[in-house]
Amino acid sequence: MNIADELLNGSRLAMSRAITAVENEYDNAVDIMQQLYAHTGNAHVIGITGPPGSGKSTLTDKLAKAYRLQGKTVGIIAVDPTSPFSGGAILGDRIRMNDLTLDQGVFIRSMGTRGSLGGLSRKTAETVKIMDAAGMDVILVETVGVGQSEVDIIKTADTVIVVLVPGLGDDIQAIKAGILEIGDVFVINKADHDGVDRLNTELEMMLELNQQKVDWRPPIKRVIANRGEGINELVDSITEQIAHSRQSGQFVNRRTQRTKSELLAMLDEQIGRHVRKKLSDEGQIDQLVASVESRDKNPYAVVNDIMASVLR
Amino acid sequence: MEKHVRVLVAKPGLDGHDRGAKVVARALRDAGFEVIYTGLRQTPEQIAEAALQEDVNVVALSLLSGAHNHLFPRIVELIRSKGMTDVLMIGGGVIPDSDIPSLKASGIAEVFTPGTSTTTIIDYINANVK
Amino acid sequence: MNNESLKLKVAEYTAKVAKASAKFPERKNLEYNRLYTPIDLEGMDYEKELGLPGTYPFTRGVQPTMYRGRFWTMRMYAGFSTAEESNKRYRYLLSSGGTGLSCAFDLPTQIGYDSDDVISEGEVGKVGVAIDSLADMEILFDQIDLGKVSTSMTINAPASVLLAMYIAVAEKQGVDPTKLNGTIQNDILKEYAARGTYIFPPKPSMRLITNIFEYCSKNVPNWNTISISGYHIREAGSTAVQEIAFTIADGIAYCEAAIKAGLDVDDFAGRLSFFWNAHNNVLEEVAKFRASRRIWAKIMKERFGAKNPKSWMLRVHTQTAGSMLTAQQPENNVVRVALQTAAAVMGGTQSLHTNSKDEAMALPTEASVRVALRTQQIVAYESGLADVVDPLAGSYYVEAMTNQIETEALKYIQKIDDLGGAVVAIEEGYIQREIQDSAYKWQKEIENNDRVIVGVNKFQIEEKPVEGLLRVDASVGESQKKKLAKLRAERDNVAVNAALAKLEVACSDEDVNLMPIIMEAVKTYATLGEICNVMRKVFGEYQAHATL
Repeated sequence: MNIADELLNGSRLAMSRAITAVENEYDNAVDIMQQLYAHTGNAHVIGITGPPGSGKSTLTDKLAKAYRLQGKTVGIIAVDPTSPFSGGAILGDRIRMNDLTLDQGVFIRSMGTRGSLGGLSRKTAETVKIMDAAGMDVILVETVGVGQSEVDIIKTADTVIVVLVPGLGDDIQAIKAGILEIGDVFVINKADHDGVDRLNTELEMMLELNQQKVDWRPPIKRVIANRGEGINELVDSITEQIAHSRQSGQFVNRRTQRTKSELLAMLDEQIGRHVRKKLSDEGQIDQLVASVESRDKNPYAVVNDIMASVLR
Repeated sequence: MEKHVRVLVAKPGLDGHDRGAKVVARALRDAGFEVIYTGLRQTPEQIAEAALQEDVNVVALSLLSGAHNHLFPRIVELIRSKGMTDVLMIGGGVIPDSDIPSLKASGIAEVFTPGTSTTTIIDYINANVK
Repeated sequence: MNNESLKLKVAEYTAKVAKASAKFPERKNLEYNRLYTPIDLEGMDYEKELGLPGTYPFTRGVQPTMYRGRFWTMRMYAGFSTAEESNKRYRYLLSSGGTGLSCAFDLPTQIGYDSDDVISEGEVGKVGVAIDSLADMEILFDQIDLGKVSTSMTINAPASVLLAMYIAVAEKQGVDPTKLNGTIQNDILKEYAARGTYIFPPKPSMRLITNIFEYCSKNVPNWNTISISGYHIREAGSTAVQEIAFTIADGIAYCEAAIKAGLDVDDFAGRLSFFWNAHNNVLEEVAKFRASRRIWAKIMKERFGAKNPKSWMLRVHTQTAGSMLTAQQPENNVVRVALQTAAAVMGGTQSLHTNSKDEAMALPTEASVRVALRTQQIVAYESGLADVVDPLAGSYYVEAMTNQIETEALKYIQKIDDLGGAVVAIEEGYIQREIQDSAYKWQKEIENNDRVIVGVNKFQIEEKPVEGLLRVDASVGESQKKKLAKLRAERDNVAVNAALAKLEVACSDEDVNLMPIIMEAVKTYATLGEICNVMRKVFGEYQAHATL
């Protein structure tokens, strides 16, 4: 099967196989991505992040349904943590999106973090591109929680939604400052629980302090995802945010930034791989490590020497 | 190049007994597999579509309600018809020995009956997954 | 007796035998002491904590005479294929000495689907009898006098409909509803947590349940309106403590819902019943039964302020643990069931179902179900276990274990209270996670050989395929479809549609008791699926989402 061709012709199996190829770094992965790249850039990418238990999957399910009613096709990437002990994972978000399985306008893919922060971020970005090339209008990326890797993944989105719930303790403090800064829309889910007003106030205060975006004030939307309440208002806020982002030039800026960091990251990775391979092929690594450890040489000098010889 | 075995653990039909499916799912996770658990009340169409979207290597069907002769072959048929010819199909639950030959003929590679250890299932998958 | 010198002796003894345990790897995970002495019961107040059977707190049994007055009901769960087939099996059981009926329904029936629904394909008649309408119900109880027999129906989400059908059949037989004896399981919370045959979300489901409580308290006063079940929770993998703790928490939720709906606790509490598992660890099970009675009595009296002693009594039906039956060397299962029966009887159950030896593989044949029934009869008549009330009372071990189980169960109940009650605990997935963790632990113990299952991980043989298992004819689905087509053609469809329309309106009004309206619909021969679809339309369907 020529995966890229079939994908562009509408094959869902090809889309699935393409995602597997990039996830597993198969030999044909780069080739596939090269063929697909020209067809990317059209989808609206929405990142959904928040602490565990905040109801992200349920919210993702409801958002997807809302977009489907608008006639849009939706891709969903659901990320779950890989066990650091076994390397395995229970990818359990799909179970909350059961009614979407047979909708041919929706494609849901579950991914494990697989233990490599940088790797996950890149693979998610590539999966987004694959779904984009396949013609998905909206792509929802649902992350695990609110750690550093989530910040990276989320930066690939055009709209970042941060989901919080009342009563989880020090919600705000627990959230990395990076997330608060890049959140475009904040959602308080389970808004019928105690503590919702207090959370709302705390959030408003934090947003005031962290006000980075001068002209876009991130709204705080209250929803009860499992009852489908507040979803339409949330969709409206997202629409407003995107419109504003396009008008102000933010949209293009962000994408350009993203492309830049992706390009540089790819470059770093390739170069690093190339150099490491060379060293390993030439059997030098152990020797160099020994000389540094014994203080015979210092690591700075060693690296400079490698650079000089490799990049001649 | 990484190889991660992805397994879809599914409960077809109306059967609500999920103790086995959940224990197997956890054991598979502890053995290093990526496990997608569908939850209850899956139609054959839902299972086949999930298998396709997740591009799984293995589909593990759990059923204790006696409806396996009807449901399992249908699921195999749907999965193959979507072009997923390499997926390893296995089943488990309350399935009489006498039904196993015909299930195998329909494409279920192996059936794991009550008393099977999770290690047996894991070893089988590792030995037979493509 | 000198407690101090006894304590010293016990300490010495314990140290000496600790060494012996270490050499016995399969026993190393035992959680309780090897030896119990009066020290373990220091400070216990007989009157307050045990009392006499039939008096608060009922630790020793809910009836004063227990089996000296009347044996437990030997109630064998049965049902498969068509109503005609099941009717035959019921009459066989009654003629063999069974003293009560227990109906098993197929999955489409349990989940409110007709046999000709697409989703029922392959499932009709497999795990129980297919009941699509009152017509099937009439066949099911053909030649069985509902005024003379008590019937338990394992039906939950559509319990209101099946109960309505039962009452309608009785009326046709000329039996007044006030004379009807029986039980409907009607316990939706454990469906969400462990068993899986839910239809509607929690709120409307609780409404249906309280409607049934109210309707029966006025019209069917001898009917047990609910069987609050721990059996399935245990089968799903919980421990003995969790089994009773989660079930009692569910019971608390039902009482609260009924009181909120305006009922007085003494109006319905006397008709609540429970359903325990009889597992393999005989003595732990006996302690579990006794602890459960004491816990419930205290909750009903102190927490809910019930005044009628009947409201304080935990009456229980028991089933031997199906999950402990093995497909390997199935003859051994007869022994397992006998031990489990002994546990249930010494535990003081009001009725008992015993599983058959072939049930790890299929539904039982007539021959194997007869042995299962005989097991109860042998224990009743030959073993002496039923000759004395609460025979194990006073045993240092059993009393200490009863106390320990009560203490641990109360901790779980408190935890669930802190979460906001059983409904919240289930929505948050707390109960499900606890059950799953216990199930996984159990499996690991077996696979690590820390727990022996005879014939499975020790004492195995070369197994030969078992012959002569019951097979449900695949054509049941077809014959039910034909019956349905005929029914729909012959009934008064105008009346059916009117009744269904009335039901739809009533469902939307929370203050209306749905039972009388369901009764009307059932009598027009509206099908189970048609009635449930109306309810689905108004109430919606439950979306399960608890994860691993």
